[in-house]
Amino acid sequence: MDEKSVKRDLNVSALCVPAKGEAGRTGDWRDFRPVIDHKKCIPSSKNKAACFLCWLYCPEGVVKMSIPVEIDMDYCKGCGICAEECPPNAIRMVREGENDG
Amino acid sequence: MADVRILTGNEAAALGVKLCRPNVVAAYPITPQSQLAEILSRYVEGGEMRAEYVRVEGEHSALTVCISASTVGARTFTATSSNGLLYMHEQLHWAAGSRLPVVMCVVNRGVGAPWSIFNDQQDSLAQRDTGWIQLYCRDNQEIIDTIIQAYWIAESLYIPVMVCYDGFVLSHTMMPVDIPDAEEVRGFLPPYKAHTLLTPEAPRTINSVLFPWRRLNPEGVLCDGYMEMRYKLQAAMTRAHGVIRKANDDFAGVFGRDHGGLVWKYRCEDAELVFSGMGSIANEATVAADLLREEGIPAGVAGVRTYRPFPREEAAEALRGAKALVVLQKGLSYGYEGCLTSDLKAALYGTPLLIPVVDVVAGLGGRDVKAREIAGAGRDAWKDLQAGKLENRSLWLNCYTGEDHAG
Amino acid sequence: MQDNLFKINETEYILPGSRACQGCGLTLAYRHMLKALRENTVLTIPASCLCVLHGLYPITPVTVPYLNTTFASTAASASGIAAGLRALNKTDITVVAMAGDGSTYDMGIQALSGAAERTTDFIYVCYDNEGYMNTGTQRSSATPMGAITTTTPILTKEHSKKDFVRIMEAHDLPYLATTSPAYPIDLYEKFVKAKRIKGTRYMHIYSPCPPGWMFPAKDTVRMGQLAVETGIVVLFEIEDGKFRFTGRSKTMAERGKKQPIINYVGKQGRFRKMSIEQLNRLQAWVDSRWNDYLRKAEG
Repeated sequence: MDEKSVKRDLNVSALCVPAKGEAGRTGDWRDFRPVIDHKKCIPSSKNKAACFLCWLYCPEGVVKMSIPVEIDMDYCKGCGICAEECPPNAIRMVREGENDG
Repeated sequence: MADVRILTGNEAAALGVKLCRPNVVAAYPITPQSQLAEILSRYVEGGEMRAEYVRVEGEHSALTVCISASTVGARTFTATSSNGLLYMHEQLHWAAGSRLPVVMCVVNRGVGAPWSIFNDQQDSLAQRDTGWIQLYCRDNQEIIDTIIQAYWIAESLYIPVMVCYDGFVLSHTMMPVDIPDAEEVRGFLPPYKAHTLLTPEAPRTINSVLFPWRRLNPEGVLCDGYMEMRYKLQAAMTRAHGVIRKANDDFAGVFGRDHGGLVWKYRCEDAELVFSGMGSIANEATVAADLLREEGIPAGVAGVRTYRPFPREEAAEALRGAKALVVLQKGLSYGYEGCLTSDLKAALYGTPLLIPVVDVVAGLGGRDVKAREIAGAGRDAWKDLQAGKLENRSLWLNCYTGEDHAG
Repeated sequence: MQDNLFKINETEYILPGSRACQGCGLTLAYRHMLKALRENTVLTIPASCLCVLHGLYPITPVTVPYLNTTFASTAASASGIAAGLRALNKTDITVVAMAGDGSTYDMGIQALSGAAERTTDFIYVCYDNEGYMNTGTQRSSATPMGAITTTTPILTKEHSKKDFVRIMEAHDLPYLATTSPAYPIDLYEKFVKAKRIKGTRYMHIYSPCPPGWMFPAKDTVRMGQLAVETGIVVLFEIEDGKFRFTGRSKTMAERGKKQPIINYVGKQGRFRKMSIEQLNRLQAWVDSRWNDYLRKAEG
């Protein structure tokens, strides 16, 4: 590394600045990813703000309260809580590398 | 117009703190510091000092309160002694590593076990590796003056400062003290400006875990590993020599009293037998030096006022003409020798000065150290020198150390 | 339930990509806690899973300011922040100390009791995952009897879980509440309420921990719900001395129904060596405490 060209750390004490991806691209942690069936998903199928329990229960906050519901796959860790708690069972956990089909 | 009062060391310290107008004071009582904590609470409850006084449930919490309050921008103060200082040891490292200008008075007292409530300096000496600046006071005048300088030093460098003074010997002994004028102190000491503020206006996580290696942040700055961050503290400690000298000289300019900065000298210019020590024992050594001078022994004292950062060059310079060195200390590094002895020997290493050093452990657990006893140690060192006996040796002053006492 | 969900502050204060485990109960709780407390908050947190969630230098996923502190000193650190802010007249900032059960029940109890006794103006949050999970799932005094941990690996924990909430009740606080990430709306509302109250507020979050309690990550919410359904966890608040059940526990108290604890205990690998005697003792304790709370609710 060329020491002369780097920007120096001027902090006298350790200060962290907020940013995404502190632990890297945590989507890489997954073995299984959530797949939403929008025909079963209540807000999608009824086209109105309702349910959104997946948004409520996602520990990572990567579920977007939108119609249709979207999940940020860069950071979803694949815990499966959303699938477990979805009332109409609209979310399936599919092994990474396999088809959504 | 001078305002001279007869005060104990604790009273002088309390007045010094009041003059510096801290925002937050946290203290837990322990002999012989308690009166200092009591006087400060009287000032706060009586309205003489506007500060938040947190009557914490332990010394570890006392320093923690100062650390956190300092991080939100408050000027802080705490004080303790002996086992209280030991109890907050973890937080001493934390304050220094956080680079916070906390000022603390340590009213020196021996540590348990076994218990002693009386004076020695083992408590603060044992903290010399923590990254705090350590200043030792000779008398009560120096206590009030050094506290004021301590804030100036701490807030310039962002290093916490320990102002040490001997328990009972100074803390409870009355001496005349010239009180600095409050307006002049306000002029001397600018308001505290934090380097890092804990505030919702700029959300940051402060003092998280650091990796061993450096790491790029999202803005492309190569951020420190743990070792670089710690290096910054050591580098600041090196700059501290100049800052401490400037604080001393600027203070002398305003208030007319010069306490020597890093090392003070008494009759050192032509001294061949030099005593060294810290705090009141070094003051006592000046009386011993005068006694020896009357006997024709050219004695002097190089008093170490700033123990950390260690004044390597000033100490070597003060000892320039010495032919024998007698180091007096109220504490030691068990398994080796007196703390100051080792540091002075290291300061002389690499210089042409190769002189016998007598390592004197004195006054542990409050054992009284008389000028004539110090003079006696000096006289013996001088006799040895004349007889060509040049080995270093250790001496426990006025203590039973017979063969049958080997533990 | 739907209406309440939409009352929740939509801002996310934890940016994606944190270091927390998949399915972490703490992360879910913390997410909703920060939504309730909003931007004018400062936190102080010791070494813990939460400290790791907050990231390693120089990046953090959390957009609320936070001061790290040593393990024994969380509540003292909050005392210092509160004193400093008060001295500098910055009184509109909520001061929060948040620590795990290890740091609260064990090493940090002194500082917490001291801060509470001094009526320090802060919220103390204990997230209870029933062990020293950050350092590898060792036992703490919050670990239930009969649980396997890495320091009780063969004989299981022989002592009961310390009833810490009762210790905090004895401090006569203006507000004390128990919460669970399995009931996020109840948790959110309690933190919104706590933020408005002055003095020392104590919040307890029962955080299911998949690796520590040995259950699949997808079951975190389910496990939290079972804890409440069986009475192992009771959702309540005490405001100025007045006890009130809340949420699911309130419904259970009104209907008088409680599941047997085997339904909860049987689903976690950490209890696989629990003896029948320990199970019975735990059931008896849960029943007795439930009755105590029923009496308290009647006033």
